[in-house]
Amino acid sequence: MEAREAILARVHDALARSQQGPAPEVVRAYRASSDVAPGSPEALELLTDRLVDYRARVHTADEAGLPQVLAGLLAAAGSVVVPPGLPWTGLLESLDVEVLGDTPPLGNTELDRAGAVVTAARVAIAETGTIVLDGQPDQGRRALSLVPDHHVCVLRRDQVVATVPEAVAVLGRHPERPQTWIAGPSATSDIELVRVEGVHGPRTLDVVILG
Amino acid sequence: MPNVRPQPAHAPAHPLRWGEPFPEAAHETLANGQMRRNLAHATRTIRDKRLRVTAELPDWEALRDAGAAIKHQVMSELPALLVELERNVTARGGHVHWARDAEEANRIVTDLVRAKGADEVVKVKSMATQEIGLNEHLEAEGITATETDLAELIVQLAGDMPSHVLVPAIHRNREEIREIFAGRMADAPAGLTGEPRELAMAARAHLRAKFLTAKVAISGANLAVAETGTVAVFESEGNGRMCLTLPETLVTVMGIEKLVPTFRDVEVFAQLLPRSSTGERMNPYTTLWTGVTPGDGPQEFHLVLLDNGRTKALADEVGRQALHCIRCSACMNVCPVYEHTGGHAYGSVYPGPIGAILTPQLLGTGTKGSLPHHDATASLPFASSLCGACYEACPVKIDIPTALVHLRGRMVEAEQRRPLPTGWATAMRSAAAVMTSGSRFAVAARAAGLGRVAARGERIGRLPGPLAGWTSVRDVPAPPRQSFRQWWSQHESEER
Ligand code: SF4
Repeated sequence: MEAREAILARVHDALARSQQGPAPEVVRAYRASSDVAPGSPEALELLTDRLVDYRARVHTADEAGLPQVLAGLLAAAGSVVVPPGLPWTGLLESLDVEVLGDTPPLGNTELDRAGAVVTAARVAIAETGTIVLDGQPDQGRRALSLVPDHHVCVLRRDQVVATVPEAVAVLGRHPERPQTWIAGPSATSDIELVRVEGVHGPRTLDVVILG
Repeated sequence: MPNVRPQPAHAPAHPLRWGEPFPEAAHETLANGQMRRNLAHATRTIRDKRLRVTAELPDWEALRDAGAAIKHQVMSELPALLVELERNVTARGGHVHWARDAEEANRIVTDLVRAKGADEVVKVKSMATQEIGLNEHLEAEGITATETDLAELIVQLAGDMPSHVLVPAIHRNREEIREIFAGRMADAPAGLTGEPRELAMAARAHLRAKFLTAKVAISGANLAVAETGTVAVFESEGNGRMCLTLPETLVTVMGIEKLVPTFRDVEVFAQLLPRSSTGERMNPYTTLWTGVTPGDGPQEFHLVLLDNGRTKALADEVGRQALHCIRCSACMNVCPVYEHTGGHAYGSVYPGPIGAILTPQLLGTGTKGSLPHHDATASLPFASSLCGACYEACPVKIDIPTALVHLRGRMVEAEQRRPLPTGWATAMRSAAAVMTSGSRFAVAARAAGLGRVAARGERIGRLPGPLAGWTSVRDVPAPPRQSFRQWWSQHESEER
């Protein structure tokens, strides 16, 4: 505790010497919301544009069409990991693909061998092409959407908001949940700034917008 | 062994102070044509991307204002916020440690790794751990730390020091990287070419096994939320997610200034950081975690809160805004001095304009009882043309030019209080008349551009202070009725 008290004392002392009155109030004049309504065609169009720009693949489906879309995406996967609360697990079981449940938790090597993973999401941000997972049963623990090389994320259209603040408002209801924000598949620009997709995360990201 | 030589040639004695003062170090880079070409290409590319995506947001300026105000608030309420963060991290099953300096932080981390019985750790790129020389320390203790960010891996394998906050291997081109991998990565595929995708995939394969088996990971943090105890890492490659998710134990080293008060503040920095940094609307991956989540991610989490000179900076009423920095690197990409000298010339893990004000303050150069006034870092506040581009680019509106001038005044004052053993001290004294009236100089420099202040004769070749050594090789006419910045962009386009 010695270091803690010493640092806090130093901070107090420093402020006593440098602080010029109270800090100005934080003015939030930036856009907290948008004219583009959640789930509106504009929101979906914007999200699609941004995701494609990041080399993610975007698909749309209604409830009835979902099996066919998933069947197409997973045709070559061989096996697919599913979080414990994924609503479409029954549907996947009817496809020609081995379904791997995560109860009890799969080992890292098992995850590494899986062909794909299907998850839901918490919210998506159209302006930045970002989907956010917060670890709930339909999304699973963070390792599931990380280790398999192919991530299929099924979004409900009403989960698509336009701006970052709108998404943070949703996520702020449960800030303690572990969150993964995903904007396209992983990428690096470290070698001469040439963008290379898929370094360590899934090299393929499919986003299916439902409804 | 490949014929790639480490850059800079000599391993640094201290992560914040490699030795040679800026003017001498700059000469080395100026002579390295390859490095300058790599740099010019990279900074220009990122600069252009950044301008495109910031122009896209109608409320960009309002976001910057909010970011600046939040950071100001954080500094003003730092003691209470730190205690609040500690309470919330602990409440969610994490452990909080406090480290006064690099040595203490290194010891805390080493003990934590030892306690897990690990002799190998995976690392997420982090400025804080570079600042304390953690890798070197761990190595001396018999623990191998593997950098998992591609650029950091390149830097580590080459025996280099990073030269840019965001793209640390920006000084290497693909052919050099191919040689580094082929010669020093044990499992590099035979016949590796310089194709960036091939190189990246070689790194992927090399690191995969490490990720899947690592017991302990070490990271930094882009921000931490006092109100909730949430910590965040913004990254691109997924190596961050791997480290933050798969190992059993996670140790995060974070400067005490990296706080935000509320979870809502995430919305401000999640917009400012990626657009300013990589020029993307959003970085590919962001991870946020709060303490420990049963069944998901590391089941043991340690947060090390690092002072290491930050309280010295905080005590300076003008200089303390350097602590607002979110390490986006935008300032270095717009800096004409950085573009020509490269990051290594700054002799610190923090290069560019922010490095010029942060490094001397962290070390306490020019303050009582800290580093000697003629220390190499005392030249850093002079490593700038005061053109103001960094201030315009900074997402949290850090007024770097004013801080530079203020610190120059501080150094000059400190020099005047003692005998003058060094040549550059004499040069500084001659400039003292302008330098010590800090505020007037700042106003003059910002309004007119440095061109008209410095170029009393016809040449900008006579920059005051130790930078005179550098400017003497870029001896150029300064049109009197133009700002330095206008002059620079014109001159720059002529050059190409
Ligand atoms: S000083 Fe500003 S522009 Fe420079 S790295 Fe820090 S936040 Fe970015």
